[in-house]
Amino acid sequence: MSDITANTPAMSSSEPRSAPLTAVGPIAWLRTNLFSGWLSTAVTLALGYLIVRAVIGFVDWAFINAIWSVPVSPTGVAQTQACRDLQGSGACWAVVTEKHRFMLFGTYPYEQHWRPAIVCLLFIGLYIVSSMRRFWNWTLIPIWIGTLTTIGILMWGGILGLPYVPQERWGGLPITLILATFGLALAFPLSILVALGRRSNLPAIKVLCVLYVELIRGVPLISLLFMASVMFPLFLPEGMNIDKLLRAQIAITLFAGAYLAEVVRGGLQALPKGQYEAAEAMGLSYWQKTGLIILPQALRLVIPPLVNTFIGFFKDTSLVLIIGIFDLLTAGKTAIVEPSWQGFGVEVYVFVGLIYLCFCFAMSKYSQGLEAELNRHRRR
Amino acid sequence: MSAAIETTEVHVASAMRTDAPPAIVLDKVNKWFGALHVLRDVDLQVATGERVVVCGPSGSGKSTMIRCINRLETHQEGKILVDGIELSDDVRALDAIRRDVGMVFQSFNLFPHLTILENCTLAPIWVRKMPKKQAEELAMEYLTRVRIPEQAKKYPGQLSGGQQQRVAIARALCMKPKIMLFDEPTSALDPEMIKEVLDTMVMLAAEGMTMICVTHEMGFARQVADRVVFMDRGEVVESGTPDAVFNDPKTERLKLFLSQILRGH
Repeated sequence: MSDITANTPAMSSSEPRSAPLTAVGPIAWLRTNLFSGWLSTAVTLALGYLIVRAVIGFVDWAFINAIWSVPVSPTGVAQTQACRDLQGSGACWAVVTEKHRFMLFGTYPYEQHWRPAIVCLLFIGLYIVSSMRRFWNWTLIPIWIGTLTTIGILMWGGILGLPYVPQERWGGLPITLILATFGLALAFPLSILVALGRRSNLPAIKVLCVLYVELIRGVPLISLLFMASVMFPLFLPEGMNIDKLLRAQIAITLFAGAYLAEVVRGGLQALPKGQYEAAEAMGLSYWQKTGLIILPQALRLVIPPLVNTFIGFFKDTSLVLIIGIFDLLTAGKTAIVEPSWQGFGVEVYVFVGLIYLCFCFAMSKYSQGLEAELNRHRRR
Repeated sequence: MSAAIETTEVHVASAMRTDAPPAIVLDKVNKWFGALHVLRDVDLQVATGERVVVCGPSGSGKSTMIRCINRLETHQEGKILVDGIELSDDVRALDAIRRDVGMVFQSFNLFPHLTILENCTLAPIWVRKMPKKQAEELAMEYLTRVRIPEQAKKYPGQLSGGQQQRVAIARALCMKPKIMLFDEPTSALDPEMIKEVLDTMVMLAAEGMTMICVTHEMGFARQVADRVVFMDRGEVVESGTPDAVFNDPKTERLKLFLSQILRGH
């Protein structure tokens, strides 16, 4: 004891000094990270040159030499000769200007495009509301039900004076958002149940969950989609037909559920056994223990891999193109089938890619904030 | 550490009631982990208000025994009765027992995502169905008793080990248990924090709580225990008053154990 107290005054007597200037500040940072030796200096200069070249090249192509619109002949055919002359040195954004409505909304009747446009805004609004912690309570359920009902009414129509639009004519961004939103919103709770089931003491439930995860995870999503679109109808009784989009939706949900279940299980296993024991010793029931103690901690631990899987599946919805569903990517692909626009794939894919990027980047950024916020208790 | 082991402190008056039915009965309890026989014919009766200290070398089955009492471990043979209710696969009986038996762990096991106050109010609200406000008042009362009311809004990770263990004790007390189980409550603590936790436990003993405590703190045992139980290799080897067990060991195994822990101090 006494030796500890003897040391303390000596430590507090000297004032803390600030670090020497050579160790902090931007110049010190540059020196240690970019120019610490001749090799590091050479690599820095070479990479710097390449980056500058690439940026200049891209700006030239995308902005300076770009063509933003082309004249359209009276017959409705775009005059793309100006674009063709520039091909390779300048972007032809005219294809996006001209075709963006087709890419965004597919073959949905042109004069009704405001409907899928509102649907997209509703989805984005739904994401924003759902991401606010203030709404993380029971009010979220009526909000979701109300929004999704409105979306259904807008897309199908047939009531309130809206003309009916069959599902075969839906396309573009709404399809991507529908598949991703329903897919993940249903797969996430499913995955939690499966992950809990896989750790259950009841053998039947455990076997069922293991089988589900291993079977679904063991096959490619493409083959599941094929099964959903081609094989599944064969098993149904005569005359009964389930909508193709719904079948793809089920396939995606089941697939995402299996992957997410393993992520959630990872979180469950990472929790110390003492947490389970303390909850049990207090007399909490299984569902109280799971809902109040285990899941809140386990899910926080797995936010990064969860969001990783979410982002992956948002993009994987584009695989539905192989069973002929008109999602955003398929619509983009179809937009350049027209002879006058053939060969302008890069511009279209950049545009479509940017839309995917916006959604995925937003998810990623949000998850970082959420992680910091929810793991506050780990800070001292 | 030395202060706790001295025997000069006054023995806390016993609240043991021999007229009431026993709080805990273990009757020929046997347990195996795989092929390993960890509890062998363990017999133990704890009267209401009695304070029992269980000691023994590591691996002797003392933790396993008290973990069997609230069924964190299941025994395979024999009978365990808590407050007259027999432990079995009956979930309702188990829930009833766990409501009345508080447990304090070696590694505290506070819930890190909840504040100190929420840790304490969780079980009263969800298990005892107590209104939130009342549960909070109760929690603050117990946090005051363990002398950390000012930490109520903090998270467990922001507290020292000794403080966390005192919160764990308060959390268990908020359920108003009839029996408290302590599983090596001071083993994970730095030496300077052991006393604050032991003081809290002495206070609890003075209030007449029925306690079973697995610990090597001999000073604590002398101060509060009505009975010391020495276990080795899954058996209860000796049992008696602290004086009888510590000053007059009958078996070689206990003599060896005592010489080892005394050398440790």
